[in-house]
Order: sequence, then C-alpha cells, then structure tokens
Amino acid sequence: MLLALIMVPIVGALLIALGSEKGAKGRAMLTSMVSLAVTGVASMQFDWIQDAAAHAAEPIQLAMSFPVIAELGVSMSLGVDQVAMWLIVLTAVLQPLCVAGSYSAITSRVRTYYAWLTVLPAAMVGVFAARDLLLFYVFFEFTLVPMYVLIALFGSTNRKAAATKFFLYTFTGSIIALAGLVYVAWFQSRLTGDWTFDIGLLAQAAQVMSPQEQALVMLAMLIGFAVKVPLFPVHTWLPLAHTEAPTAGSVVLAGVLLKLGTYAIYRFVLGFVPGAVVEYAAAIAVLAIIGIVYAGLICWVQRDVKKLVAYSSVSHLGFCVLGMVALNSTGLAGSVLYMINHGLSTGALFFLIGFMYERYHTRSMQEVGGLGSKMPIWAFFMGFFAMASVGLPGLNGFVSEFLCLIGTFQSGAPGVGGTPGTLGPWFALVAGTGMVIAAIYLLFMVGKIVFGPLIEPPGHTHDAPLPVDLCGREILILGVLAVLCVFLGVYPNAMLDTLAVPLEAVSEMLQSAGIERGLIEAPAVAEVVEVSGGAS
Amino acid sequence: MSLDLVTMLGADAPNVMVEKLRFLGPEIVLFLATCAVMVLGLSPQRALRQACALVAGGGLLLSAVVAQVSPVMETSLFPQFLPYAKTLIAAVGVLMVLLVTGTIDRDFEAEIDRGRPFDAIRSNRGEFYAFLLFSLTGLMLVVTADDLVWLFLALELTSLPTYVMVSISTKRARSQEAGVKYFFLGALGAAVFLYGFAMLYGATGTTMIWGDGTEPGIAQALQVQMAAGGLSPIAMLGIVLSILGICFKIAAVPMHFYTPDVYEGAASPVSAFLAFVPKAAGIIALIYLLSTVGWQWGAGEGSLPDPVRVLLWTIAALTMTVGNVLAILQTSVKRVLAYSSIAHSGYMLVGLIAGPGDGGLTSNGLAASMFYLLCYGFMNLGTFAVLACLERDENGERVELETFDDLRGLCATRPWVGWTMVLCSASLLGVPPLLGFVGKLFLFTSAISAGEIALVIVLGVNSAVAAFYYLRLIGAPMLESPTDHTRSLQPAESPWRVVAGVLSAASVIVLVPFSGVLIRVSSEATSPVEITVEATASAAPIERPDGIDR
Repeated sequence: MLLALIMVPIVGALLIALGSEKGAKGRAMLTSMVSLAVTGVASMQFDWIQDAAAHAAEPIQLAMSFPVIAELGVSMSLGVDQVAMWLIVLTAVLQPLCVAGSYSAITSRVRTYYAWLTVLPAAMVGVFAARDLLLFYVFFEFTLVPMYVLIALFGSTNRKAAATKFFLYTFTGSIIALAGLVYVAWFQSRLTGDWTFDIGLLAQAAQVMSPQEQALVMLAMLIGFAVKVPLFPVHTWLPLAHTEAPTAGSVVLAGVLLKLGTYAIYRFVLGFVPGAVVEYAAAIAVLAIIGIVYAGLICWVQRDVKKLVAYSSVSHLGFCVLGMVALNSTGLAGSVLYMINHGLSTGALFFLIGFMYERYHTRSMQEVGGLGSKMPIWAFFMGFFAMASVGLPGLNGFVSEFLCLIGTFQSGAPGVGGTPGTLGPWFALVAGTGMVIAAIYLLFMVGKIVFGPLIEPPGHTHDAPLPVDLCGREILILGVLAVLCVFLGVYPNAMLDTLAVPLEAVSEMLQSAGIERGLIEAPAVAEVVEVSGGAS
Repeated sequence: MSLDLVTMLGADAPNVMVEKLRFLGPEIVLFLATCAVMVLGLSPQRALRQACALVAGGGLLLSAVVAQVSPVMETSLFPQFLPYAKTLIAAVGVLMVLLVTGTIDRDFEAEIDRGRPFDAIRSNRGEFYAFLLFSLTGLMLVVTADDLVWLFLALELTSLPTYVMVSISTKRARSQEAGVKYFFLGALGAAVFLYGFAMLYGATGTTMIWGDGTEPGIAQALQVQMAAGGLSPIAMLGIVLSILGICFKIAAVPMHFYTPDVYEGAASPVSAFLAFVPKAAGIIALIYLLSTVGWQWGAGEGSLPDPVRVLLWTIAALTMTVGNVLAILQTSVKRVLAYSSIAHSGYMLVGLIAGPGDGGLTSNGLAASMFYLLCYGFMNLGTFAVLACLERDENGERVELETFDDLRGLCATRPWVGWTMVLCSASLLGVPPLLGFVGKLFLFTSAISAGEIALVIVLGVNSAVAAFYYLRLIGAPMLESPTDHTRSLQPAESPWRVVAGVLSAASVIVLVPFSGVLIRVSSEATSPVEITVEATASAAPIERPDGIDR
C-alpha cells in the first residue's frame, strides 16, 4: 500500500514527462487524485486508534520489507505509525490543491512543471514511510531535486539564487546529519556484528551509546534537520526560497517539506537519543523560542506579504519544536497537531497570496491595499486563514499552539500538574509572547491589504485571464482547506485520540531516559512509592 | 581454471621471471593488441585503420576475460586483488576507447578524402591507440607489481604514453604546451617517488614489497623495525617521499598544480583518460606502499606511522578543499572538472586512511576507495563525454565544448547528451540515490569505523561545497533555455562518444542495486591476508594490519 503511494506519483510524473504539453495538468490532477484514493484506502486499513497493548505489539503498521542491498542490510522497508500516517494524509490532501492552484499560474514549460510537482509527493511519502535509515535519507535528499527545479525554473525574479541557497543549505545540513546517522549504524554494527539500517533496531542500539556520543550524534542530526525545519539560526534560506518559489511550490514547501524536518526530529532525535534530548532540551527550547519571537518581530516589519508569511512559518515551527522538547505527551500532541495545522493554514495563506499575485503582479503591501471592496470572497478567506494562523479559538491553530504552550508550562513545573522535564512556566511565558506578536503582524497585514481605501499598483488594468474576484476553482481549493481548519479546530480529538497512545509511549521513553540519567526528577507520586519501599 | 603460462611455455624449472609471467595474462593480451594496433594504424586501407579502435576494445574485453581466469597471487598481501582490479580497469578502458574514437587524425583523413595519397609518416592513429593501450597495460602492471622496481616501471609506463597523448590530441598549440608541462612535472613527480623508493630500499635492503614467500620483503622488514621501537628515519623519509611523488599521479595537493592546465589543453576524451588512469595507478600504488607500514595507526601499539597518518590526513583534507573551492571560481567546464578531479582524489584518500578495517564490508576503506574509483571512472567519463560529443564553430574551426554557455539547454536540444551531463554531475555531487552517493556512503562508513570522525566532517562539508559548481553543471543543461549558440552546435564525428556518455550515465543508475555485490567483490579483493615467510632470522610474519589476530 505504501509502496503504491510512492510508485503512483513516480509513474504519473513519467507519464506527464512523456506525454503532451497540453494534457500535462490533467494527468497531474489524475495522478494526485489516484494518490489521494490510495491514501484513503491505506488509512482505512490503518488501525488509527490503538490501545496501549496493541500499540506495544504493533507500533508500525502497514509494514513491508524486501532487501535492496543485502550486503549492507539496506532494505526497501516501509511502515507507518500514527504521526507518519497523518503527515501522509496531509501530503495527499494538499497535492490536488497544489495542482489545481497552478492551473492559471503556470503557462510555459507546463510538462516540466507538473512532472516535477507530481514526483515530489513520492519523495515526501517515502520520508514519512521509510523504516530503513538509508531509504529515509535517500528520500529526504531527493525532495531537494524537484523543489530545486521548481524554484529555479518557475520562481520569480531572484529564483536562481533562492534555489541555490535552498539546495546548499539543506544539502550541507543533511550530509552532516548523515554522518551522525551512519555513526549510529556503525555503533549498532559494533554491538551486534551485523550492519543494518533498520530504524527500529538502530533506535534500540543508539540508546546504549555513552552520553557524550549521544550528544554528538544529536548535534549532527540537529544541524541537518534544523535547517529543514528551519530553526533559528539556520532559517535564513527559507524566506528567500518561499518568496521566490511559485505558489504551489511555497505551499508544498510550507505545508509538507518543512515537516520533514520536524518529523525527522521526532523520529530520529527523540527516537534515537532521548537521553541527550532531555539533557539539551532547554537549549533546543531556547533556540525555538528565539525563533518564535525573533521571526515574529521580523514579520512585523515586512512589507512583502509573501515574505511575511514565510517568516511566520519560522515562528510557528518554533512552537512545533518547543512542544517536542517539553517531553510530555501534551507538548508532543500539540507539536504533531501543529505540523498538520500549519500545513493547512499557512498553505492556504500562500495560495491566497498567489491568487493576489496572479492578478496584481506584486506582493508589496505598499502597492496593494483595501482589496476587501474589490475582492470580497478573497478578503473573506484572507481574514479567515489569518485568524486560523493567529490561533483564534475555534479554529485549528489555537488548539495546537495552546497544547504546545501547556506542555511547555507543565514540563518541569513544580506541583501537581507538572511533568518531568526541564522547561517550565518561564519558557511558556516567553513563547506565549509569540502568539501576541503573531496576532499583531497578521492582523496588521490583513488590515493593510483587506481593509482601508483601495490601493492598486499604478497603471493596473485587469488583464489576467481570471475574474476580478476568485474563480470557482480557487474557491474550491480554499474551501476545502477552510473546512478542514474548522473541523480540526472544533473537533481536534479526531486527531488527538489517535495520537494519545503512541505519543504517551514516546514521552514515557523520553522521561525514563532522563530519569535514568538523573537529569530530571521522577514524578512526585512515583517518588513517594519509592521512599516507602526503601523504608520497609 | 587458471591460465598457467609456466606449463604453457614448457618451463620445467620455475624461474622467477617465468613464475611471474603467470600473472601477466591480461597484460600480455593487451600488449599483443597494442602491437596489432600499431601496425593497423599504418595501413593504407582506411577500413583497416579504423579497425584500430575495434582491436583496442576487443583486446580490452579479452584481457578482462583473461583477468577473470588468471591465478591469484599468493605472495601478495591482497591475493584476490589482481583479477578484480584488472577487470575494473578493462571495463572502464572499453568506455575510454569508445570515447577517444574520432579524436585523432581528423585533418589527415579529410585530406585523404580530398584525394591526397596516404602517407604513413603522417598517420598518428596507430600510435595514439597504441599509447592508450600501453598506458592501460602499465596500469595493469601496477596492479601486478610486488616489487618497487616493477612498481616504478609500471607507474612510468602508465604515465609516459599519456604525455604524448596530450600533445597529439588536438592540433592546437595549447595541447603541445599542456603536454610539455605535464611531462616536466610528471618527471619531477617520478623523481620524487623514485627517490623515496630508493630510501626504502636503503632502509630495508630489499625491493620486494611483501617478500616472495621465502625472503622477507619491505613490509616484513618495516614490521621488524616498528616492533623494535619505530621506523628508521630513512624508512620514514622513503615512505613520505613516495607518497608525495605519487600525489602527482592522483593529482593531490601539493602536486596538483598541473591538473587544470593539462586537462584544459588536452582534448576532452584524453582529459577523461588522464582523470582516471593515472589516478587509478596512483591509488593502487599507494595501497601497496601503505600496506608495508600497516593500517594500525592510532591504535597505539607498534603504530609508529602516526606521521604518515597525519601526512595523509592533511593531504586528503587539503586536496578536497583546494579542489572544491577553486572549482567554484572557474569559468571553463574543463577546468571545473579538473578541479573536481582533484577533489575526488581527496575523497579516495579518505578510504586509504581508514584502511582495511576489521574485514567487514562497510568498514573496509580500501574497498570503499576502489569502489569509488570505479564510480568516479563512470561519472567522470560521462561528463567529459558530453564535452566531446558536440562541437562548436570557432573561427571556422570545429572545437569541442568548453564553457557553461555551450551547455545551456542541452536537455531540450539534445536530450541524450544533456541528461548524461545532468545525471553524471548529480552523481559526482552525490545526490542520492545515484552511484556517487553510494560511493560516498561507503567512504563514510569506513572512515567512521576507523574513528576518523573529523575527516568525515571535512568530507561532508566538502561534498556540500561541491554543490556550488555541480549545481551549475546540472542547471546549465537542465534549467536554462537553449540559445541560438547551443542550437548551432554540431555533433562530433564519432557517434561512439555519445554511446560512451550514455553508457556511463546509465551505469550511474543501473549499478546502484548491484552496489552491494560490487562492494563485496571489492572488499574480498582488498582484504589483506596473513603472509608467512619461512622463518629466517630477521623476518617476522607480517600480521594482518588491522591487528585482529592479536
């Protein structure tokens, strides 16, 4: 099933590349719909809500495996847990929207565009589904190639530089991450005598490493994955890449590609070196919080709307990482929820900006404003998704942001509600200002381009082959995203219920690793039991 | 079955020379082909002259077959290495022959078409192919070498023909200049490592590398020295000078200066040849030389060659960095590829520093280096083939491609050539899942196994730096739109060059699933064995360099 999910886009991309220029977008849409259908079937086969015993017995579902390079223990090994499955669903849902969103924007080299856009989900699903380290790495790196082409060929004026910067940053980071990952594989081979790249086996072996080794491996992995997230201070490629990328490119980039980084942190940093994570949780959290606040402040002064949304991604993904290092299941759940929510709401914002750009050919807040009077439907969606992004209660962003902050607050907090961890109320307080800043800059943006007197670029005539306001196709795209935002905002338990058991297991593993190394204290209740046991 | 030349020649009493002939089957086949080619090239009939390439290619294929059935060399530290390395050389050699077709005698043949009588003196075709085969023969002889004198002669047989090949590859003056430059610096390099060899002889009193089963060789003598407290200064100097001299062959810092000028001056097919053949010779010679002092560095006991490790480490790090950084600054594609060739030498040295490890597939650095050499052979050949496949018009003269502008939009105008460039450059960069990535992965695993974490980081950062210029090589054909200039490019006369390029590009993908098999073969070939020398007073049996039997 998962293999089919990877193969369908590849076959589709080949068909597009070999077919006619005219039928390219039809075939791309068909491929994405087939993928969506396959994902639907896969998610029906998938046991979403497992109880603890079932999860312990079968943490990875839909597993399949056959050896590729048997000599090295490399295999085509796929399988997903709940987190990965949600991300695959997100990928599958966004893909048809991205294809539809490009219909009018891309007019030249159509075949090339759709072929690369179509092959992208294959690599992304591959990353989420890989149960073999090398397979993961191959897919992780391979996402660079289509994205590089999409930015370099179809971006705006400064596209070459943006694409190169994007490629170099991520490529450099991932090679260093590879060194860390290979080190784990080597360590495992020294323990057992056999080389394997099976993620499950490596995760077990990695926990035996000495604290110092763990710390170094974590550093190597973080350097690689933090670039992708992006975490302060290696976020500088993102605004440029986002701004220059074509609309669908930005949507995929923000929607799914950034999640490769957070997913990799969840899977490898948390999964392989929990002890080191506990040890350095506070340091990572500080970086995340700097990202949240600093990127938020940058957003405030942006006059380029696309850049503003791009920086807001840096800020938002900071919450995502913060939730992970809170070490408790609340924070983790918020973090995973955030990955999905950010994909929906920021993806929608990029669509909106893209639709505006197609009509006005500018992204500057100084050149356009007050579009509410001219494009009411567009303005409605702009307001709606800005609210979702800000975290208005009732919409999706609120739940995840709130859970991340609660998790941070509880982590290491004294008293009854506290969980073992190293963060605490102060971290939550500072990170919370990020929410306020987000409200300021997003509302500022909405106020500027939606409300107020109508400003249009000088000499603007409506020449785009599009209606003045959104057309049906565009409304459909945004409508789908809006429905999902409301649904996840009103009923987040649809996701939280499925995540509870697996994330509880992860947080227990993290906390026990920390307690074992004496970095954090066991929960108060457990301590009492231990004391009484010692006395008797 | 083994090809036993001793019995074939009817020699009853095994004589040392005849004994060694047993291993020389592939070389003898190649030599015969060389002689045939030399004569054929002087033939007045054009069809016969054109058969040169066919004979050369056939000879290489035959030698690959002979290499497969030739005996293993029991006295070598790497008995299985001979058949493996010679097959590898022959395989890349066949592609090289495809690529060099149509390089030589173009004006001469054109004149004959216009009615000029054939003049044997002016025909270079036979010599050119003969030199090419001589050089490959020399490379195979390097593989067979178990003696310093032999090694020196073989290395020089590899290099000397290439000096001529560079000079006669085009009619332009800069080819002559490149040839002369290459010759003088090559002579300097040869002098340096010959001096080193002489020192080694002085320090040990023998020229045999691992002994011949009865007498101890340099390896045994140096083991004794190390056991007795350390290498003598003269032996150390010998090793160091040998390494530095051989750096010329592999185009490593500090002997890399000639590379861009020579590659630029020679015709692209010859540059491709230069980037592979002498490099392979140098890497193999280094493996042999380093095996005499072992790979136990840093392990503590009996591991005096720490200076050697530091030296190699520095050379490797500098070579990678210099190659990659200077490549970024170039405007000529050939110069970029020349610097990239320097950088790749640095990568291969990482495997040598890691050494054979504990015998595991992934920890054997020698196997990783040899595997990377094979990968590099294909990738590099593909990129140079693209430059050689097309020709542009320069003042009425048809010359091969050289600048990035020449490559613009090739994927659209000439898809086979364009995508060859994209795939081979991406593989050189190490984009997964292409062959170059697998090659680097093995270097990674072996270096990490040997504890060379810092070197792995240097390698990683360098691979990333290399992205700067490889992205240009990928982007020019794939992302740019074709210009009038690139539309006006004409295909080169020989269609076989495209075949060579496309075959290399295909191998970059097709070989990936077989990389496990290849690395296993490579690892078997480079796993050192224990050599016993019948006990003499001064000789101790050489131990496995990894020290696992201790």
